[in-house]
Formats: sequence, structure tokens, C-alpha cells
Amino acid sequence: MLINPRGETLKKKNLIIGITVVFPSIVAIAIFVYGFISWTLRVSFSNWNSFSSLLRGIYKFVGFRNYERLFQDYRFQTDLWNTLFFTIFFLLGTIALGILMATLVDKGLKGSRIFQNLFLFPMAISFVVTGTVWSWIFAPGTLPNNPQGINLLFTKLGLEKLMWGWYTSTDSLGHFNVALIPVIIAATWQLAGYTMAMYLAGLRGIPDDIIEAAKVDGANEWKIFWKIKMPLLTPITLSALIILGHISLKIFDLVFAMTGSGPNFVTDVPAIYMFELTFRSNRYAMGSAIAIIMLLFVAVVIIPYLVTSLRGGKR
Amino acid sequence: MKRFVIIIAVIFLSFSIFAAENALEIFSWWTGGGEEEGLLALFDLFHKYYPDVEIINAAVAGGAGTNAKAVLKTRMLGGNPPDSFQVHAGMELTDTYVIPGLMEPITWILKEIGAYDKFPKDLIDIVSYKGEVYSIPVNVHRANVVFYNKKIAEEIGMTKEPTTWAEFLMYLDKAQQMGYIGIALGDKNKWTSLHLFESIMLAELGPEKYNKLWKGEASFNDPAIKRALTIMKDILKYINADHSALTWQDATRLVFEGKAFCNMMGDWAEGYLKTLGWKPGVEFGWFALPGTQKAFMLVSDTFGLPKNAPHRENAIKWLKFLATVEAQDTFNPIKGSIPARIDADKSKYDVYLQWSMYDFSTKIICPSIIHGSAAPESFATSLMDAINIFVTEQNVDKTFKEILWIAEDNGYLAD
Repeated sequence: MLINPRGETLKKKNLIIGITVVFPSIVAIAIFVYGFISWTLRVSFSNWNSFSSLLRGIYKFVGFRNYERLFQDYRFQTDLWNTLFFTIFFLLGTIALGILMATLVDKGLKGSRIFQNLFLFPMAISFVVTGTVWSWIFAPGTLPNNPQGINLLFTKLGLEKLMWGWYTSTDSLGHFNVALIPVIIAATWQLAGYTMAMYLAGLRGIPDDIIEAAKVDGANEWKIFWKIKMPLLTPITLSALIILGHISLKIFDLVFAMTGSGPNFVTDVPAIYMFELTFRSNRYAMGSAIAIIMLLFVAVVIIPYLVTSLRGGKR
Repeated sequence: MKRFVIIIAVIFLSFSIFAAENALEIFSWWTGGGEEEGLLALFDLFHKYYPDVEIINAAVAGGAGTNAKAVLKTRMLGGNPPDSFQVHAGMELTDTYVIPGLMEPITWILKEIGAYDKFPKDLIDIVSYKGEVYSIPVNVHRANVVFYNKKIAEEIGMTKEPTTWAEFLMYLDKAQQMGYIGIALGDKNKWTSLHLFESIMLAELGPEKYNKLWKGEASFNDPAIKRALTIMKDILKYINADHSALTWQDATRLVFEGKAFCNMMGDWAEGYLKTLGWKPGVEFGWFALPGTQKAFMLVSDTFGLPKNAPHRENAIKWLKFLATVEAQDTFNPIKGSIPARIDADKSKYDVYLQWSMYDFSTKIICPSIIHGSAAPESFATSLMDAINIFVTEQNVDKTFKEILWIAEDNGYLAD
């Protein structure tokens, strides 16, 4: 390729302009994201567990003591189990429902456009609103005589056997607190539509001729779905897992508005505990430790994705 | 372009407000209902005396003050204090702001206007640290009160208010047998179960010993605290099964709707029942939680003077003003609380509040844990978590041990 001197200066000029445009945001991100992450990390290794020690500002390094205390803490242990089960069921629920709705809408039946929008609407609502409304729906009322919400519906339908305490229940199966079920339902309701939108985009991107070819070869709908569509949708599933996974690991507002920590912390999550430790107990170091642990969780999910997608970009 | 001009104008305007020479910024979480109305009435009255002072109402809504407290902490840490701010009497101020040296002592203000001995001695002790007063109490609520539905009381044959646990539990049992909820609880936000427990603890320890706990003169390792847990366990048999889905308002409402016999709550519940349309003494009655007749569990809002307040002179005017009978009698009837001064005008208050005012000036005043007066916030939140677990597990020994650890963590006697 021929390089004329003019082109080179243009390139240089572009480079300078590019850097000047990007520079402020790089600085801002360096300070407000990475700077504060390292500050939080520093606080999490300190003894700043009261307002006065924070204010005095004398830094005393205590190593992993805050982390040790957290992992011995009954509430934090419950939080970790809750996060695990919430994430698993929430991901399964949203992805299964998302695929189902996307497939139905993709069939292009009459009125599918309306449903496509209807399914997507919940995503536009804030988590706080969702939480408040679902907390009314799943409020059990005083059983068995004065049911409320969904329990009342069951009574009207003659399904009294299905009534239970929902998020006020303190039962658990192994480490899974059943009170999480209504929270998972609410979260799934909110984000299944979004997952549907992602899959729908994926499905519409599959060329018709592949499907046609499969049909000619005698594959039925079921086989086409599992052997052709699903493998082609793998990148979509991966993105959905990442996006939904990091939402569920960090979830705060939905749970806070819907159930709070719950009796015996059955619906507590690390983010709520972090908030209470920091802003109610003034235990800033312990709160920071939870923040760092949550960051690590999210990193475990995000970093492999970033690595693969960056590699993909190079290719 | 037009939008740009407007934005610039707004920025300049907001700067000019902050830069106003003769301003007074009052920080609180009084943003709704009678509280806000009362605060605005105070502002109006203040304006009458000091027409040239411009008041900035920096109220932060939500979370029963928890949001406001978080904002305040950030402002205090950042060296940008308001001129005066609302805070619960006692340790919530002392531990968080006084001990680190962020507040100015204001004993001289009370002495100058001759109001120092117009507040109960116990209350002055609670708002003091090392002999100096750090905040002016504006209103007082009582926390150890049981409100009951009079119609149900008649049905279960309650002619006299119970004064012992045995009587109280008997009535709760009767109510339950007749298909009512014995005692309504709404602990979705967790604090209400500690609210109940702290008063049971007060009943079992007795007010003198309860007060000694916080001065480091008595130990938490006391069989009375264990007994309190056992009694709590007995009472929990009579609560509504859906307690963790309800807030305190929902629980009080159960009494109003005739579903529950009684509710143990601070006397803001009285104000709530009145807004629902009930008259005190007609549809609902009240009594101090059995065993706490001699005590007044105190919840009090106060205002203090931060160091480096931008408009210190005005803040002092504000604090002097708050300590007057006139200001207290303006605010409290609207909010539904009683004045912190004992020489206020009783005729301005309803029957319940008059009862409470009498007890306030005659009984032993005890600081509440959950409402920030007795112990540092870290103690209150840890104990709240322990009691939240207790409500479900009801394991007396385990929770007692937990309480001892929490006490020890916070530097109280526990052996």
C-alpha cells in the first residue's frame, strides 16, 4: 500500500483527536471506577468499623479479619446460599421462559406483535415498583380464615390446598429457603420478556434456507429446534447468562422493596447486608468486604465472557 | 439554546440560595403527614420572630430516617454540615458525632434561656455527654405502650388492664381462642420485634437496672434478660402468622379492623389510629406493657449544633427557639407527640397524650435501644438481627449468648 505523506499526517491527526476525545472518560473511569474499587479494597482490610475510627482516619491494617468475621456470620452464610439458589432458579426460569415466548412469537401467528410488546413491558418498570406490587400479591394474609392476595385467589378457585405462607415461610429444603420462590417469580416476571427479546433477535437472524434444507431432509420441528436453532443461539444464551447473572448477583432493590431480609433472613441477599452494615451499623470495613466479595462473584461471571468476546473480536 | 439558558439560570439560582448570607439550613426526615406539617408550623413561628432569616428545609424522605441518616453521615464526613439537624436523643448522636468531636456543647443555651431544669433530669442525662448537653429535645414518644381494641376487650371479658404477664397472656389466649389474633406484629422491617423485646427486657430488669446497663454499671449476663426471652417466646405464640409481610402500620390496622386484640407499639400508633378515625378512650384503650408501669421508654427527636455550621448564629437562634414552650406546644399537638418540657400546656393534647405527659414527668425515663437512645447504632442493628432470628428459631439459650457477644463487642459489661 502506498503511503503518501499527507495521509500519514491525517492519520496522526486522527490519532491525536481520538486520544483527546477519549482521554477525559479514561481519566474519569480510572478515578471513579478503578480508583474507588481499590479504595474499597483498602477499607475492607482496615479496622474502620465505627464512625469515629473512620473519621479519625488512622489506617490500621487488619488483614482478612473482616472477611473472616463475615464467613463465620450466620446471616452472611444465609446470604450466600440465597444468592446461589436465587441465581440458579432465576437464570433457569428467565431463559426457559424467554426461549418459549420467543419461539411462540416467532411463529408469526396473528397478534404475536401485541404479545411481543406485552412480554417486554415489565422490563420498563423499576424493580422497586415490581417489588412493591408483588409483595402485595404474595402477602399471605392470616391463614386459613383471612387469606390475601394470591391465597385469596386460590380460595375463590377452590384450591385452598395451594395456600401457603409465600415469602413469610421460614421452611427450607436443605439450604434452599422456600420463601425465595415468590422473589424468583417476581424477578423472572420482570426479565423474561427481555430474554425473549434477545432470543427473538437471534431467531430472526437464522437464515430461512437452513431451516428449509432441514425440512427437506425430513427433520421435524422438535429436531430443528434442538439441532439447528439452539446451537446457533449459543452466543445469545451466553450473553443472556452474563447479563442476567450479574443482575442476580447484585440484586438489591427488588428484594429490599418486596420482602426485606425476611424472618430469619430467609430472603436476605449480600447487597442488603452490605447496605445495613455500612449505613446503619457504621461498620464501613465489613460493608466494604461484602462489596469486594460481590465484585469477585461478578468478575467470575464476566471476565471469561470478556476474554472470549475480545478473542472473537480479534478473529 | 433556551434549555441551556434555563439550566444556567437554575444553577445560578441554586448557588444564590446556598450563598444566602442570612440562611438557616435545617436537616430532618420529617417529610410526611403530621411531621412535615408540624415542622412547617415551626418554620412559620420562627419566621415571626426572625423575619429576615431564610430557612432552607433540607429534609430527606424515606426509610423512617435511615435514608436521611446516611445522607447526613456523608455530609458530616465531607465537612459540609447543615446548620442544625434532627437526631434521636442519646447514643445515636453521642456515639456517632459527639465522641468524634463534631458537635458543639450547648448547655449554655439552655441555661441562658432558663430552660435547663424544665426538662426531666433523666432526659437531660440522655442528651448529655461528660456533663455537657449536645442536643435540644423537641418531642417525646413513649415506646412501651399496648393499644387494644375495646370491643374485643369487652368480648374476652377484660374489665381491668393487665399489669402482670400472667394476666396479659391469659387475655391474649382468650382472644386467640375466640378467633382473634392476640397481639399484632408487623416485622417486615425487622425493628418492631426488637421494639417489643426491649420493653420486655425493661419489664424484667426493672427501670433502674435497665438504665445501669448503658452506664456500664450492670452486666448483660443477668437471668432477667434470659427470662425476657422466655416471655417473648410466650407472647410470640399469639402473633399473626403473616407478621413478616406487614409493617407496623399494617399491624396497628389489624387492631383497627377488629382482627387483632392488641398491638404493642410506640405511641405514633395512637396518631395512626386517630387518622383512621378512632377516638382515644372510646374505640381503643391503652396500657403500659405489663411490668413497665413504672418506666417511660423514651423515643425523642432532638436538634444539635454541628461544629463549623455555616450559619452558626442562626442555628443558635433556632435551638433557643426550639427549647421554648411556645415552639414545643406548636409542634407536638400536630405531630401527635408530647413536648419534652414538663411545663407545657396540657390542655392542647388529647386524653392519651395527657396520660403520657403525666407519666413522662413522674416515671423513670429509660432510653430505647432500637430508637437510637441507649446504645450505638452498631449495637442496635446487631441486636435487631439477633432478635429477628429469635422470632423464628425461638432458641432462648442461643440468643442469650448472642446478646452477650453483642454487648461485649460494644464495650458493655457481659460477664
